[in-house]
Amino acid sequence: MTSKPRDAATATSPLGLLLIAGAVATVGLLIVAPLTSVFVDAFSNGPRAWWEALAHDPDTRHAIWLSLTVAPLAVLINTVFGVAAAWLVARFRFPGRSLLVSLFDVPFSVSPVVAGLALVLIFGRQGLLGPTLTALAVKVIFAWPGLVLATTFVTLPLVVRELIPVMEAIGPEEEMAAVSLGANGWQVFWRVTLPNIRWALLHGVVLANARAMGEFGAVYVVSGHIAGTTDTMPLRVEKLFQEYRTPASMAVASVLAALALLTLVAKVFIERQLETESKELEAARAPGADTDPTTGGLGS
Amino acid sequence: MSIRVDGVSKSFGAFKALDNVSLDVPQGTLLALLGPSGSGKTTLLRIIAGLEWPDSGRIEEDGTDITDRHARQRDVGFVFQHYALFRHMSVFENIAFGMRVRKAPQAEVKARVDELLHLVRLDNLGSRKPAQLSGGQRQRVALARALAIRPRILLLDEPFGALDAKVRVELRQWLRRLHDEIGMTTVFVTHDQEEAFELADDVVVMNEGHVEQRGKPDEVFDKPASPFVMDFLGNVNVYHGRVENGLAFWHGVPIHYPDYPHAQAREARVYLRPHELDIARAPSGSASEAHAGTSLAATVLRQTRTGPITRITCQPRQGGSDLHVDLPSAAARELGLQPGESVSITPRHVRVFLPDPEYVI
Repeated sequence: MTSKPRDAATATSPLGLLLIAGAVATVGLLIVAPLTSVFVDAFSNGPRAWWEALAHDPDTRHAIWLSLTVAPLAVLINTVFGVAAAWLVARFRFPGRSLLVSLFDVPFSVSPVVAGLALVLIFGRQGLLGPTLTALAVKVIFAWPGLVLATTFVTLPLVVRELIPVMEAIGPEEEMAAVSLGANGWQVFWRVTLPNIRWALLHGVVLANARAMGEFGAVYVVSGHIAGTTDTMPLRVEKLFQEYRTPASMAVASVLAALALLTLVAKVFIERQLETESKELEAARAPGADTDPTTGGLGS
Repeated sequence: MSIRVDGVSKSFGAFKALDNVSLDVPQGTLLALLGPSGSGKTTLLRIIAGLEWPDSGRIEEDGTDITDRHARQRDVGFVFQHYALFRHMSVFENIAFGMRVRKAPQAEVKARVDELLHLVRLDNLGSRKPAQLSGGQRQRVALARALAIRPRILLLDEPFGALDAKVRVELRQWLRRLHDEIGMTTVFVTHDQEEAFELADDVVVMNEGHVEQRGKPDEVFDKPASPFVMDFLGNVNVYHGRVENGLAFWHGVPIHYPDYPHAQAREARVYLRPHELDIARAPSGSASEAHAGTSLAATVLRQTRTGPITRITCQPRQGGSDLHVDLPSAAARELGLQPGESVSITPRHVRVFLPDPEYVI
């Protein structure tokens, strides 16, 4: 943000200074200081100790590996679901459409712990599908499928919510043009729709991934927090912290924080692309009021 | 390829977009669907293209029922109102799209796209993105893209609507020549009567989901079939009058109207076109009274010149709304009327519409 104050006097007035100081203090105290302290604490015994805390503890190693598996799986599911659902909502009008859109937001409004409990009630041994799952020898709760389910649930709105407004803004015309030119459904999607929504999709994916990596509440309930089996990175951070192994806990936390910063960089980059695209969309929609230097030649 | 639309209806919720529309488009015709927005013309075009499905009725191509055929299998090229070019593709790839999805060999694609780029006079712009083109250039890319699949029918939705006046006129003359060269059955939608009359062999005027009139441009212009067409074509003086005994009365001036021979008087609307009125300086004194039998006495309010035509606005002596008379500017200068002068106006041609035609015996 490089916007200058419109009136220099506003910025230097006592009230202006007070507001600026308040904002700086809030950001410093709530965001910069905690984030810095995570890294300071993690590296307080040197990079070697940090590395050993991460790599030499098999449970921590497993937690990192599990997070790096569960999160992408959940994001993949939500990407496929999000694209399909956004297409449905943005391109078709049907009864119950607005109800469906509201349902997409349920994971945002429901507490993750409640979501986790609900999953246990359905997929747990005593749950609705318990007998069936037991008969099939499939373990969902207290196992990685449960983690994927819980993570998918809490990140569900992120991709679809990102795509609906973008697809509505782009409109169906290009897709209709592709159909009239002989493209089948897949060709329309891969050649026209996807290239048009790619940055919005990536934006949703990055946000969903960040959320998936950091998810605690829902995962806590369905995992049973079995070290070396169902502990993801956030669960591992909490467990190490409870066991008074603060440096090890901070080391794992620093990995999570680093991932968050990486996400932030990716997000800023993608948002720039999105802005460029929306400007291009505007330009493409603008009436061709500019004079056309080559039409003059049509008469000859 | 000829098109036949047979009894097509289409509703969107409670809105009836098309109400039992039938239409024949013979092979090689350039046909305009003319009407205000909401008249159903774009819906009809999309149904012909297979981009929209009719609730009832049939679409035929060369006598074959294609109602259930997907847009892909209809041999139709469609040019969208706002071009709908693929933003992320170059001009070349836009035009190549239809061939690419049909898996045409690269050499064939290249040859065909180059040929089309030349046809639409965009030879050196193949590598540009649509956003880097002017409106007229984008329109021609859209046209080339539709032609690339060698359609047997070309459909255009408001093809020149978003262009400025000069480009629009050039492009439509160019499209007319292109049509004459290729001879493809072409239907375009427009709300601009000038565009329809200049470009089309046949004009179909639509209103509220049905066809009001179909005919050659001259027929539609000279013999509007309904008050709607008359109103839509615009530029007309409308008055309330009455009809009785084979005469229509306009401000008490009797006009021959054999279509209504009945003795019982009825309300009617009288339409007079500004260029079908004669205007003359009223002879002074009692002579003007003698003249009153066949012409209307009025007072000149003002004259406005727009290029070759001068419009004289007059106030009828008996009151009522102003009357416009169009004269060639040269004739108007020769006549040299001044505001406030008395004139007599004689209609050369009048159209009378009765409000409820179903009551006419």
